[in-house]
Amino acid sequence: MSLRSIMDGVAPHFEKGGKLQWLYPAYEAIDTALYTPGMVTAGASHVRDGLDLKRIMITVWMCAWIPVLAGSYFAGHQANAAMAEVGLTSADNWRAVFLDVLTSYDPASLWDCLVHGLAYFLPLYITVFASGLAFEIWFASKRGHEVNEGFFVTSILFTLTLPASTPLWMAAVGIIFGVVIGKEVFGGTGKNFLNPALTGRAFLYFAYPAQMSGDAVWVAVDGYTRATALGNAALGEDYGVTWSQAFFGNMAGSMGETSTLAILIAALILIATRIASWRIMAGVLLGMVATALLFNSIDSNNPMFSMPFWWHLVLGGFAFGAVFMATDPVSAAMTNQGRLVYGVLIGVMCVLIRVVNPAFPEGMMLAILFGNLFAPLIDNVVVQRNVKRRLARA
Amino acid sequence: MLEHYLGLFIRAVFIENMALTFFLGMCTFIAISKKISTAIGLGIAVVVVLGITVPINNLIFNNLLREGALAWAGFPDVDLSFLGLLSYIGVIAAMVQILEMFLDRFVPFLYNALGVFLPLITVNCAILGASLFMIERDYTFMESTVFGLGAGVGWALAITALAGVREKLKYSDVPEGLRGLGITFISVGLISLCFMSFGGIDI
Repeated sequence: MSLRSIMDGVAPHFEKGGKLQWLYPAYEAIDTALYTPGMVTAGASHVRDGLDLKRIMITVWMCAWIPVLAGSYFAGHQANAAMAEVGLTSADNWRAVFLDVLTSYDPASLWDCLVHGLAYFLPLYITVFASGLAFEIWFASKRGHEVNEGFFVTSILFTLTLPASTPLWMAAVGIIFGVVIGKEVFGGTGKNFLNPALTGRAFLYFAYPAQMSGDAVWVAVDGYTRATALGNAALGEDYGVTWSQAFFGNMAGSMGETSTLAILIAALILIATRIASWRIMAGVLLGMVATALLFNSIDSNNPMFSMPFWWHLVLGGFAFGAVFMATDPVSAAMTNQGRLVYGVLIGVMCVLIRVVNPAFPEGMMLAILFGNLFAPLIDNVVVQRNVKRRLARA
Repeated sequence: MLEHYLGLFIRAVFIENMALTFFLGMCTFIAISKKISTAIGLGIAVVVVLGITVPINNLIFNNLLREGALAWAGFPDVDLSFLGLLSYIGVIAAMVQILEMFLDRFVPFLYNALGVFLPLITVNCAILGASLFMIERDYTFMESTVFGLGAGVGWALAITALAGVREKLKYSDVPEGLRGLGITFISVGLISLCFMSFGGIDI
């Protein structure tokens, strides 16, 4: 008995008139995740593209696993190194039950670090995925729309923006806020105006600042404090890492943002498959470099003014935000010119917040939300200008 | 000195945004933000009204109402500041009336689009709020001009952004109970979350 025939066998229960009719979106989601949908084009004139929404989303999701693996390794490495420093021989929470069996805690071993990091990433990811999906299905069945594959991307990107030590319930609250207020109240994927993952992250940031910022949260060992490099930089101290360490990812930070190298590899795949807009990424980079150079040329006793752009690139969430968050096709600008402008706006805002605002050492999250906010306006200007130009030509 | 005014302007536009930080002027903010072109028009009207009324009110306060301000007329002990609210509203109402006549004559499309909401600027809390902030913070004449213009530009920026978002949301599929005002309030909340990026900047 094949999987297909099982799915077909239970199908009548979920279709109209069946007992489990209200669960149809869940059934449909599982079915289309496993198989190509059975619907075909009926008419003649229809744009056909091998790259449908589902393949786009799944490609982004798979690309996100590159920073997941790199980030998990370095989160584990940081934790193991911290444990060696404090003299712990076993993890000090429930994860020890599995970890003690699977690995030792040697910071030099690839396997030990990866498993230790995944022991933080996977529970968070499973919690985020399950709680977000439950609300997604709830809304879908009430509103009669389908569960969109976009949630795969939202859930994994949201998880990657969290510090490894985030409590599981908090992650669930964040993703539910992101999914419901950031997306579902507007009618679901494609109809929202802010990136849902970042909306949830920003909500957590402002609602639970103690668990989302500060020095104690970045390394997953209880009571061990280590500031992020940006936090150090804002205080005018030594960054605590070398540039190559920061580039490869061996530093404190949220799980996905640490390894710039892994993010760049994912960026290459996303650009090569033409899924993410290179214009947005180029715009963000351009805006960041220009603003950083501008601040470099100003004399100030604020140590952030003199941070060069190659450090801005590897520290904090800049690369992760530019590649995965700013390029979200729903909340970004839709016109080609608009994308460049939108990207530049994000790059400028990111450096501006990092340098000028003492309240936030990291600015990428708020900069992208700010860009999302002005994306419709940027598009409007581009479209109106185009209309005017064509009218003048006619 | 220029730096001081620039800082004041930026603070009024972004950090202490009238609409998104203080939630002032909400009625017009929500009612006239369905279309970008009208929102820009109203935004400009607010910039003009604020840019003129705040400095005028500053002159009135400093030369007539403030305690001891009437010393030049021989009344050094008189404190007329209790007449403040009354005079500020009067100045604002007169300004709006003039602006309305001007728009009716020269920019009829905007006059028609703004409709009843142009007279309502008179009682827009953002406008009166700016005058009261000016008194509370004891701005000089130059400072109050810069502050008035900045507060206006900030409010205009906020309403234009909201109009852009709402034009996009025309294509969304909002649950029935939230259509109209409900979703607009949620959008304004989210927009204000985006403006949190400026909170804490000290200029």
